[in-house]
Amino acid sequence: MVKTVTFSVFRYDPEKDTRPYYKDYRVELRRPGMMVLDGLNQIRWEQDGTLAFRRSCREGVCGSDGLNINGVNMLACITHIEELKEPIVVQPLPSMPVIKDLVVDFTDFYAKYYLVKPYLITKTPPPSDRERLQSPEDRKKLDGLYECILCACCSTSCPSFWADPNYLGPAALLKAWRFIADTRDEGADERLEIINDRDGAWRCHTILNCVEACPKQLNPTEAIAELKKAIIHRKF
Amino acid sequence: MGDIPVTVHKHDALIVGAGGAGLRAALEASKSVNTAVISQVFPTRSHTVAAQGGVAASLSNVEPDDWVWHMFDTIKGSDYLGDQDAIELMCRMAPEVVIELEHMGMPFSRLQDGKIFQRRFGGHTKNFGKEAICRTCAAADRTGHAMLHTLYEQCVKNHVIFYNEFFALELLMNEGHVVGVLAWDIANGGFHIFHAKATLFATGGYIRVYKTNSNAHINTGDGLSLSLRAGLPVEDLEFVQFHPTGIYGVGNLITEGVRGEGGYLLNKDGERFMKRYAPTVWDLASRDVVSRAMAEEMRQGRGCGPKGDYILLKLDHIGADLIHERLPGIWELAYVFAHVDCTKEPIPVTPTAHYSMGGIPTNRFAEVVLGNMEKPEEPVKGFYAAGEAACASVHGANRLGSNSLLDIMVFGKVGGKRMAEFAASLPEHVPLPENPGRKGIEEVKNLLNGNGPERMGAIWDELKETMEFNCGVFRTEETLTTQRGILKKLCERFKKVGIADKGLAFNLDLIETLELGHMLDFSKAIVEGALARQESRGAHYRDDYPNRDDVNWHKHTLATMDEDGTIYLDYKPVRMKPLTVPTFEPKERVY
Repeated sequence: MVKTVTFSVFRYDPEKDTRPYYKDYRVELRRPGMMVLDGLNQIRWEQDGTLAFRRSCREGVCGSDGLNINGVNMLACITHIEELKEPIVVQPLPSMPVIKDLVVDFTDFYAKYYLVKPYLITKTPPPSDRERLQSPEDRKKLDGLYECILCACCSTSCPSFWADPNYLGPAALLKAWRFIADTRDEGADERLEIINDRDGAWRCHTILNCVEACPKQLNPTEAIAELKKAIIHRKF
Repeated sequence: MGDIPVTVHKHDALIVGAGGAGLRAALEASKSVNTAVISQVFPTRSHTVAAQGGVAASLSNVEPDDWVWHMFDTIKGSDYLGDQDAIELMCRMAPEVVIELEHMGMPFSRLQDGKIFQRRFGGHTKNFGKEAICRTCAAADRTGHAMLHTLYEQCVKNHVIFYNEFFALELLMNEGHVVGVLAWDIANGGFHIFHAKATLFATGGYIRVYKTNSNAHINTGDGLSLSLRAGLPVEDLEFVQFHPTGIYGVGNLITEGVRGEGGYLLNKDGERFMKRYAPTVWDLASRDVVSRAMAEEMRQGRGCGPKGDYILLKLDHIGADLIHERLPGIWELAYVFAHVDCTKEPIPVTPTAHYSMGGIPTNRFAEVVLGNMEKPEEPVKGFYAAGEAACASVHGANRLGSNSLLDIMVFGKVGGKRMAEFAASLPEHVPLPENPGRKGIEEVKNLLNGNGPERMGAIWDELKETMEFNCGVFRTEETLTTQRGILKKLCERFKKVGIADKGLAFNLDLIETLELGHMLDFSKAIVEGALARQESRGAHYRDDYPNRDDVNWHKHTLATMDEDGTIYLDYKPVRMKPLTVPTFEPKERVY
């Protein structure tokens, strides 16, 4: 007898439904170590083809399947079913407009990422025929920053992000610090100009939900604290 | 279902796919012409993001290296099926494209002197096979992630136009030119015609057709089937790479970088068996050799575990500090997927389907080409391909680790430049054909309006299980003939497929069913190519023909498909003449 667990899945089809609802499915645990994504795939492929969600790499690096699972934002592909309490309630990431079922509209999230100039800005030309040099110590400053996968688990767990539609949010701010912390970058001034704003770094009230939510164990709150320090250092 | 609108967009250069090859091409083409990229997923979610170990380039940062050694290793790795002009170009350009990535901001790991960190990798040697060399440039074990994000950041900086979450349905041709694609807007529904002067396919590989694999859900080889359906050939599809170290039971990748950093494989007797199969470089032989050795150990009853169906990858001896510094992603994957703390215990692994050597045939300029044993290669006007979707062929019968990230950078760049030049040379767009995209529109409408009883899930399950069993690491005439019959039946069933979701908004049922159709089409080309090729070369191993046969089979397979789905095979010679150095003649391949 294969053990089964109940998934209670948020459903909404904009062409049919006036309001969202939850639908229960029984998922069979056919092997140890099944992930929530395996459960969602089983539902789609064997029970209900109408369920929609995003997924791709299925190993926690592409950032497609950030979902709210039992009330916490996480990636479905690296979350073990066996470690969750039943029923497993699967919802879209909070605070984003729902396109269909578990698929949300990332437009606002990406727009905020673009706002912080998420690319290396240099004024000094690099050497023509070799790499710029960077010491291992300087490179180490990027660890915990460059690994962001833009899954939006952090920003959509942040009450300040929910409350203030203009707040850049932890993901965009972490990205800003990833570049400012890079010894090769010369764009700190123009970025800090954008971030030194009530909707920038100062909207962070160190609630720390982002740290809890990040599936890559990054620390956006710390990055935001570094941004605040940099803004103040720049003033004096 | 009422009428679904068709919107037409016009660009000079159109790139389909936003992985490393697509984005590198976009950066290049957008310097001179109006360039747009369409992608099934937001660019940073493309499968390049999952690449781990690194990108090969003879930078000589750790020890003296030479692009000719790299070229030799690549040709030997390809089991002499690689085209030597394209391989020379790739290996010569390697340092340049890696340095460009650093200049773009890619966060490479660093050596003490501040230069880009390089590590050992399978099949990469100094002095024509003498011993392993540090050639693979890495950002810890997240090189693909670092590369893809850096490329996308540069595209943002340079205002490249993106149509994200668009799924290509049909390759459009007119007057012998490729003039763009028909695509489906996944989020909102609706048909879009992208009319272009030049079109580049960077649509990725075809590995999802195997059950145990290291690949993303999106790697369903759509670009290959779109080419086949447009009457164009695909090349060498029977060459499918099985990576030695997939996590037991799930197939997720553990980078070769683990062995590059000093990890090794053990059978159930605790023996380092690779020394028997590759006396010089042991665990750092090329992937086909290591995968077969592992499978052989298991066949002979020396696998580990109660069923004897895995091998152990030991790395705890290299030290927790080094693991956390250079292989942090591996630690995470092993912990999450195998419940193993690899600083203390070995990781259970098996070979996992990993990479498509075959693809859309191109020359070294990333131009899609026609040609065979009699007719020399000739470009299809306006059509380009790069990366795993393409077959240049720089990987021949087996790809070396860390040559794929190199391939996408070199041929993305070359293809982007080439397509932009071509687009700039055309004063006007070649007009769209009459009734453009009719077939693709019908395909979607039939699914949305139809009521077929078959479901994609059941057909796909059988497809991937049987492909693995009958067309996997070991193949015989018997297994391949069986698979040919199975595919025929599955294709019949697919004609009766229906979808449950009839809506326009984010219809994943529709997309996955379309993808299954693609997989069925090119699977036939994999199996037919494998059945015909009565030899063993690189990743294609026939138990009934265990030796390489250069007299009869030193040539590329070409497969085309007619209207009713029948596959026809043809062949073309290997381009043996490099650009500036003498030819590397086929030799026995020993590591």
